[in-house]
Amino acid sequence: MAILRFAVMRLLTMLATLVVVSALVFVIINLPPGDYLSNQIDELRATGQEAGIAKAEFLRKEYALDRPIWEQYLIWVGFAPGPQGFSGMLQGDFGWSFEFDRPVADLVGEALWLTILVNLAAVLFVYAVALPLGVLAAARSKTWVDYTTAFVGYLGLATPNFLLALILFYYGHKYLDLPIGGLMAPRFEGEPMSFEKMRSILIHLIIPTFVIGTSGAAAMQQRLRANLLDELSKPYVETARAKGMRESRMLVKYPLRVAFNPFVADIGTLLPALISGSVLVSVVLGLQTIGPVLLQALKSQDQFLAGFVLMFVALLTLIGTLVSDLLLALLDPRIRFGGRET
Amino acid sequence: MTTLPDGRYVDDRPYAPEDESEVRNPDLDAPNWLLIWRRFRSHRLALLAGIFLLLSYVLLPFAGFIAPYTASERHADHLYAPPQMVHFFHEGRFIGPHVIPLTAEADLENFRWTYIPDRDNPAPLKFFCEGGEYRLAGLIPTDRHLVCAPEGATLFLLGSDRLGRDVFSRILYGAQLSLTVGLVGITVSFAIGIVLGSIAGYFGGFADWSINRVIEILRSLPELPLWLALSAAVPSHWGPVAVFFIISIILGILDWPGLARAVRSKFLSLREEEFVRAAEMMGAGPRRVIGRHLLPNFLSHLIASATLSIPAMILGETALSFLGLGLRAPAVSWGVMLNDAQNLASIEIYPWTAIPMLPIVIVVLAFNFLGDGLRDALDPNRP
Repeated sequence: MAILRFAVMRLLTMLATLVVVSALVFVIINLPPGDYLSNQIDELRATGQEAGIAKAEFLRKEYALDRPIWEQYLIWVGFAPGPQGFSGMLQGDFGWSFEFDRPVADLVGEALWLTILVNLAAVLFVYAVALPLGVLAAARSKTWVDYTTAFVGYLGLATPNFLLALILFYYGHKYLDLPIGGLMAPRFEGEPMSFEKMRSILIHLIIPTFVIGTSGAAAMQQRLRANLLDELSKPYVETARAKGMRESRMLVKYPLRVAFNPFVADIGTLLPALISGSVLVSVVLGLQTIGPVLLQALKSQDQFLAGFVLMFVALLTLIGTLVSDLLLALLDPRIRFGGRET
Repeated sequence: MTTLPDGRYVDDRPYAPEDESEVRNPDLDAPNWLLIWRRFRSHRLALLAGIFLLLSYVLLPFAGFIAPYTASERHADHLYAPPQMVHFFHEGRFIGPHVIPLTAEADLENFRWTYIPDRDNPAPLKFFCEGGEYRLAGLIPTDRHLVCAPEGATLFLLGSDRLGRDVFSRILYGAQLSLTVGLVGITVSFAIGIVLGSIAGYFGGFADWSINRVIEILRSLPELPLWLALSAAVPSHWGPVAVFFIISIILGILDWPGLARAVRSKFLSLREEEFVRAAEMMGAGPRRVIGRHLLPNFLSHLIASATLSIPAMILGETALSFLGLGLRAPAVSWGVMLNDAQNLASIEIYPWTAIPMLPIVIVVLAFNFLGDGLRDALDPNRP
């Protein structure tokens, strides 16, 4: 039952965090002076197009942009009734994109799933690469294996994501005939999911996953190596060796399990970094995730769209952190029961 | 030997303590900074990185002097010129450093510029010559350059870009912004992190609770989208200097939580120590206890960890400028330069437009090595 209580507590904390984050996001998207519509109205007035003004004014009323900022916030989240009653994010109404003149929900639709897919792939990649490399580097420390992984890791950390993207893209296309741009072949866009489309997406995923995951994998691998090295110098390892245990079996059975904890806990710091990376890489590689949408919305001050995307990105990270915390609690009883002592 | 009235024996020789301990262990009794320096010195790579970074920062004010051109000097008839080599021998004869002049010719078949070298007329370089006007260290207007292009020829060591500007010169000018953005950012992050971290750690209670929540929230959010959102809010009519400072402050504002957390945990363990109790007993206020007794304990470690977060800021600035939301065009930074290299086609045909990524990678690596070396050297528990 302890685990259940822990989970509920964590969930409540997450919801509270989400509320604070929504306020933060709302403040940030309202930082630029004016809003999309008032800017548009000014522009229309300057060019003398009276016809458009009425519509813009109407929309402004419709979306409560003429009210004080705190009321706007409450309406946006859905805590307070707007012009059409309660219709905020809590009620599933994500607002209107002024630039594209469509509801935000329609606009981002598929992009949300693709974003999750890309990030999931990146997380899996990070673990799949960091785990064996980290263990190998620790077990064979101060040999060429260690030095090579360290060198590659440092390079991975130091190369900006987007440059790696450009380079890999170019060479991937030139020598391996990997497709360029986007997350699927153009003919599948807007099509319902099918086996062929799935395959196309998977092939297109290779380079983005690699690019987004590299720096995370490098950091993770180095941390795992350091943790494992700390464990390897402890007396129980000596004992196991003295008793004649096979090295590989000993490694997996004892030190790795201890060193594994921080490895799982790290997902809390890994996820924000990965999602940051995926936004940037998506812009460079033209992936149909929410990255380019966010950039576009921010540049044109399309506030509901930008706000929704920021909220979604935050939610994604928070859920990821929640999952990692629960995993950690399952893995390590000390964390599960730690709450009782205090 | 004297016998005291109570029967004890006392040696008559004058008291002369032998400095045995010092003689025995001159190594261990060296001042702390010397010990740290010794440990740091044994890290070859970190030492090298440190020297490189020191040199780069010292040379920053003189970028204009080293660069053959100024940052925005355009050569309309040398668009996308390839990198030029500096030669020393012409037809087997030593004639000093010179370049081969290039003339542009439009390749109307592929719609690109091709450059034809004129091998018969080597143009010797000029040194300490007059070129475009710039301000030395941002203050003294001058037009002296270390090296300039000869008459009728160009000196594009790393090629020229889309507008015929020298990539090498622009990298040097770009370094001025790209390298300092991290310093300004880390100062902001350091100030906020130390103040909030020490308040949370020293006072505890509600302050600790609320600061901790803020840290958790900021740490759980992805940085880049927030950076993007904040820098999208920077008014477009601001000058380059204002934009530079606001961008570095934005980078710093989102970086402090990690630092504050480190400071806090140190404080939690140190505030129970006896020397803190003693200082408080003697009537020292919180500000004195924190500033004089607690912070100096681990300031060096903080500096080491700050060194490790500078590269993140440099990369952040690069990413923002690359996406067009960071520094803007008249300003020159490595990210702004890479903005030009955004499409694959231009990289494929003119690979040298992507060269600004090299200094980024090198500087970031150097900061990582330096930070690792510093951290190891400052850690007393390591051999």
